[in-house]
Amino acid sequence: MAEQRERYQAGVMPYAQMGYWDPDYEPQDTDVIALFRITPQTGVDPVEAAAAVAGESSTATWTVVWTDRLTACDRYRAKAYRVEPVPGATGQYFSYIAYNLDLFEEGSIANLTASIIGNVFGFKPLKALRLEDMRIPVAYLKTFQGPPTGIVVERERLDKFGRPLLGATTKPKLGLSGKNYGRVVYEALKGGLDFVKDDENINSQPFMHWRDRFLYCMEAVNKAAAATGEVKGHYLNVTAATMEDMYERADFAKKLGSCIVMIDLVIGYTAIQSMAKWARRNDMILHLHRAGHGTYTRQKTHGVSFRVIAKWMRMAGVDHIHAGTVVGKLEGDPNVIKGIYSNCRDSITHKNLEHGVFFDQDWAGLRKVMPVASGGIHAGQMHQLISYLGEDVVLQFGGGTIGHPQGIQAGATANRVALEAMIKARNEGRDIWNEGPDILAAAARWCTPLRAALETWKDVTFNYQSTDTADFVPTATVA
Amino acid sequence: MRITQGTFSFLPDLTDDEIRAQIDYAIEHGWAIGIEYTDDPHPRNCYWEMWGNPMFDLLDAAGALREVLACREQHRRCYVRVNAFDSTRGFETTRLSFIVNRPADEPGFLLKRHEMEGRHIQYTLESYAVQAPAGRRYE
Repeated sequence: MAEQRERYQAGVMPYAQMGYWDPDYEPQDTDVIALFRITPQTGVDPVEAAAAVAGESSTATWTVVWTDRLTACDRYRAKAYRVEPVPGATGQYFSYIAYNLDLFEEGSIANLTASIIGNVFGFKPLKALRLEDMRIPVAYLKTFQGPPTGIVVERERLDKFGRPLLGATTKPKLGLSGKNYGRVVYEALKGGLDFVKDDENINSQPFMHWRDRFLYCMEAVNKAAAATGEVKGHYLNVTAATMEDMYERADFAKKLGSCIVMIDLVIGYTAIQSMAKWARRNDMILHLHRAGHGTYTRQKTHGVSFRVIAKWMRMAGVDHIHAGTVVGKLEGDPNVIKGIYSNCRDSITHKNLEHGVFFDQDWAGLRKVMPVASGGIHAGQMHQLISYLGEDVVLQFGGGTIGHPQGIQAGATANRVALEAMIKARNEGRDIWNEGPDILAAAARWCTPLRAALETWKDVTFNYQSTDTADFVPTATVA
Repeated sequence: MRITQGTFSFLPDLTDDEIRAQIDYAIEHGWAIGIEYTDDPHPRNCYWEMWGNPMFDLLDAAGALREVLACREQHRRCYVRVNAFDSTRGFETTRLSFIVNRPADEPGFLLKRHEMEGRHIQYTLESYAVQAPAGRRYE
């Protein structure tokens, strides 16, 4: 009793002493666990910094309040239970924090993130803070819808098995009229791609109204389906200013018979969840472009790692997510990318520190998200792409299709032949990592478009490697 | 035209040895092998006729390949495909599906445009082959 009286005396008290640090705490199966990388200000004790993060991301304020005593406050306090130095990074600490399930509203990414990344990232005693990973308990996962379609059903709907899907983003991404835009879509689909894609910032601008784009793209999709006998698709971007606008565009896409629509990450978590529910109700595949993520995922000391964003998006419910290429021109360490892909595709993701995965994560039957690899990749890298990324992935060759010297159809055919030849060779037991270039060269002997693609991009890659300016980047597809 | 459904339609038609290698790959993964044929290759015709039940617990490709050849012999004028089914949790679906026979002449598809209100067009795809009754297609 005396202890309690002291704890609740008016005034300021270290967070660690307020109950936000508990080295003996054993996380429960139902706890949400967050792993933060903390960089305390000079002179701030790492344990106190961790306790402060736990406090500010759960119940605390800067001073003692007596109203805590009207609640079961011990339960609601997040608990930092482990702090350890980051190997090889002076002044940085990994801090494990457990949150009771009662702190969160069911099925709401907005509510989850309002706590975990709400106030705490601007907290003064920290120089920097990064959310590295999270363990979401099965009990909480079961309150989320998850991907409306999932990899398995997407493949069954598209009737495409045993190989990565192929896509491309229409270029130039801004400025084409609807009619010219649809031309690119038709050529790429007829040439052998499965999907073409709107880019993140193509919505409804003066040069092309959204209805015009949708109508011309669906003409292209249907003509290409008739020319090939395959199911084809174009990700119609329904991103807009309001939910009402997005629903209107998505409904029109559905009316036109599109199998897929697209949204951007910048629409926000709640809008994404709304579109996920819409997609589930309307048998639509939902593609997510991660526009904007680089502002908070790229720096190692501050922000939110993309593997956490990928987890949230699997819960929020998207079917496709851009998740890195390894070999392309955009950010992407092979091990980190593997960790992100695991979070999209596994039934159970196992702890793997080398891949940046800090926890075992049972996905509780939540459907799988198809990762999308996009940004400066081409047919000549097919063996590396398949080795790194596997089979359940959309490979998007934007410049690598549209920039082909013999035209868009030829570019698409080159990619499809390279892909099928590589999958066939892999299945036959060949070592594609080492024999990849030979396998491609053999296919290029009978496939002229592939031969031209290999020649073209071999040269451009050389130019890129020999200069340190981005002006000569081979395929500037930031798709 | 050449219908490009299936995993390997952009490659030259697979030889029997190449078909055997793909079946071997499926068997190594513990997948079952199913053979199907159709004379209606509409992309949304997902139920091709089954050439018997899928073959489970195969030890090698020989038996399955014999069935492929027999199906092909009897349905020369049809599309024949080999499917591999994976029963593992998280998949429980087809993992590989490739065409091993196609009619000599593939007439392709008619794209019908039904003009609606505004500029909306309702599209329907129909294989020219199905304009003849079943049993008399691809003759």
